[in-house]
Amino acid sequence: MHAESQIREPLIIGNKTYRNITDDIIAPIEGKASKAWYVIFTISVLSFTWGLGCLAYTIGVGIGAWGSNNGVDWAWDITNFVWWIGIGHAGTLISAVLLLFRQKWRMAINRSAEAMTIFAVMCAAIFVTLHTGRPWLDYMLFPLPNQFGSLWPNFNSPLLWDVFAVSTYFSVSVVFWYIGLIPDFAMIRDRAIKPLAKKVYALASFGWGGSVRHWSRFEEVSLVLAGLSTPLVFSVHSIVSFDFATSVVPGWHTTIFPPYFVSGAVFSGFAMVLTLMLIVRKVYKLEAYLTIKHVEYMNIVIIVTGSIVGVAYLTELFIAWYSGVEWEQYAFLNRATGPLAWSYWAMMTCNVISPQLFWFKKIRTSLVATFILSIVVNIGMWFERFVIIVPTLCRTYLPSTWTTYTPSFIDIGIFVGTIGMFGTFFLLYSRTFPVIAQAELKTILKASGEAQKKAAAEHAHH
Amino acid sequence: MNTEKLNFVIPSKAKMLSIALMVIGLICIALMFAFDKQADDPEYHHTRAWANIFAGSFFFMAIGLAAAFFLGLQYAAEAGWATTVKRVIEGVAMYVQWGVSILLLFFILGQLQVHHIYHWMLSGVADAGSQHYDKVIADKIGYFGVFWWIRTILYMIGWSWFTWKLVKNSREADKLDKDTNNSFHWKNIKLGAWFMVVFAVTSSTSSWDWVMSIDTHWFSTLFGWYTFSGMWISALVTITMLVVWLKRLGYLEYVTESTIHDLGKWMFAISFLWTYLYFSQFMLIWYSDIPEEVVYFQTRWESYKALMWTVFFVNFAFPMIMLMSRDSKRNFFFLMFVGTIIFIGHYLDVIMIVMPGTVGHAWTGLSWMELGSFLFFLGLFLFVVLRNLTKAPLLVKNHPFLEESLHHTT
Repeated sequence: MHAESQIREPLIIGNKTYRNITDDIIAPIEGKASKAWYVIFTISVLSFTWGLGCLAYTIGVGIGAWGSNNGVDWAWDITNFVWWIGIGHAGTLISAVLLLFRQKWRMAINRSAEAMTIFAVMCAAIFVTLHTGRPWLDYMLFPLPNQFGSLWPNFNSPLLWDVFAVSTYFSVSVVFWYIGLIPDFAMIRDRAIKPLAKKVYALASFGWGGSVRHWSRFEEVSLVLAGLSTPLVFSVHSIVSFDFATSVVPGWHTTIFPPYFVSGAVFSGFAMVLTLMLIVRKVYKLEAYLTIKHVEYMNIVIIVTGSIVGVAYLTELFIAWYSGVEWEQYAFLNRATGPLAWSYWAMMTCNVISPQLFWFKKIRTSLVATFILSIVVNIGMWFERFVIIVPTLCRTYLPSTWTTYTPSFIDIGIFVGTIGMFGTFFLLYSRTFPVIAQAELKTILKASGEAQKKAAAEHAHH
Repeated sequence: MNTEKLNFVIPSKAKMLSIALMVIGLICIALMFAFDKQADDPEYHHTRAWANIFAGSFFFMAIGLAAAFFLGLQYAAEAGWATTVKRVIEGVAMYVQWGVSILLLFFILGQLQVHHIYHWMLSGVADAGSQHYDKVIADKIGYFGVFWWIRTILYMIGWSWFTWKLVKNSREADKLDKDTNNSFHWKNIKLGAWFMVVFAVTSSTSSWDWVMSIDTHWFSTLFGWYTFSGMWISALVTITMLVVWLKRLGYLEYVTESTIHDLGKWMFAISFLWTYLYFSQFMLIWYSDIPEEVVYFQTRWESYKALMWTVFFVNFAFPMIMLMSRDSKRNFFFLMFVGTIIFIGHYLDVIMIVMPGTVGHAWTGLSWMELGSFLFFLGLFLFVVLRNLTKAPLLVKNHPFLEESLHHTT
């Protein structure tokens, strides 16, 4: 017998039946898109196109088109790469780690969070492939047989570990996402009227029949993939942090980087999930499934991960002083008081102070406040990567090499383009895929539905 | 339910064992002071003996502290699965008051210059005219001294208070006939969340103050989290082994196999967390090879090589291989076997952290001194924890997640 305490709030509001869940979740796919959808879609496609133009220009003339210079040889490219990869982490955390922890509230958000992961990793990939300067030679990053002369990838370099980590992560995330989609595609297939749609969804659902044997394999594969994904969540951002931490650059070389990057990644990822899901629940009228309680849980994850990041910032600051190493101390002094100090304080305000507002129940259960703060957090996390990279490189060991940095028109264009691409893909996804994993959601209806919980409580009284 | 078995009575064998361990340990400690000398070094003040005492008092205090953290975490995360074993967690957590008291005594002796585990406690270390002057320490001496003592006292009071209050609320709830609005539960959720905040800061700062400062020149930003992961896994192993042992004795019959399985999963997961942090700290320092940092591992590499690799592989590979399968996490023998090994493994990790900064290259390998001190503190820990378990029924009453836990399935 499975028991759920009465003090746990319901995760599905109202008197929903299995049929209602199907109808509510499939509605955006079967129905027509609203005007708002077309407006946002147009804006996304336009910025995506602009980004493509800037990207083509970069390939044409080389990365001299960017604001990067001799001292600051990494700037917006790597900032954006780390930012996007970080955003992706929430998807894996929600789908894998929360599955292992048997958190029922994940059922409402895992599908879209995983989709977000995949699109975010695609955006990140653009920056790493481009920043090598000659993207048409990027295949040399893979350890191909030695037919290109004596040039092999440098296995000692964390940049190469990144290639493996990110590509493994991407593949596993796609497989995980797709496995979850199979029963839902079958559901759409069974309801589809148009022959083309029926064919496409039939193909996509791999002949799912919903038999006990199918379910048992589905669950087993989900658990195995969750087990595989969990170390991946840690490894990917740890290896991204190694790109910095293995160096001897003050402000980059610090041992706390791996876990602190992972935590920061989950922090920004949850913020992005919130931004997207708050829109989705409103536009597609999914308030019954994405309740205030869900928002509150996500905000609590934001407090926890944000505070871990805050503790890490303070640890770095303290140890820089405690170490007695002059370079280390200057690196942090430069961040906080140097020419780009505004970016440091933007990071501190957005990442350390703003999430603490969620300690107030009023704020963490307010949709408007959550929406605003989720965007603030993402701005803060972008600045975190910027602060780590740019002010540090502006002032390294030799004062004669000190320089400044301003982004070019092209830098901004490519970044805006990836946001457009992300938006385009997400909007297309939300009209063709069920945005909530309905098959999984149905498994918690009996124990966590509002009406069902009430009935259970009354039953217990008699 | 068998109500007789709700109140724990210490089996006489267990009591005898804990007392015997303490006696043997005490004899070893006494002998340690007689034998631990360096003939050619008049400055050597039984350093290894004192370092062993520190390792023992810190390791077991940390188990209590991490158990208190785990208890607070269950509340803050609204977790229901562990409700049936909550009293065991509480029993371990309540050791924290003993642990900090012993540490306090140890620190006072250091301040009185009885031992020199902390180089910065040496009188004249920040005084330019003194023969003990050390520029690196003098530059940061403001962090030590009085300020260090204020922090130390605050950690000790804070942790003890939170643990005491969390346990007290839990026991108070038992006294009520029926707690209709779960008042004590809500109190503990709030308290647990606050404790998480306090712990997040103090677990790091205390590890800098008490442990990292043994190698006073050295620094690592990850050190605090690394120490934390070590204490967390040690506490989980302790809790799991106690639960399994109590079940063997016929107590905790209502604890489902799934709960045991989940404890096993925690052991598995946090072993990986520890490995991840150990590897991150080691690899980054080894890779960048910056003199002021790498010196820490150089001492270990040169004089503690076997121990260093043993600690890493035992604490990493053992739980990974042995606890991977579902069946082993539900098997009492496996849990006890792996638990015992990694319990010792993590004690050796503490030895690994403490010795190179104190005994240094004079280290001759593990000996009866390490064993003796370990046995004494183990005996004391068992004595206190078993007594704690008798103070309240083993099953909580009036807990809103009790039903969930009684019917827990993974």
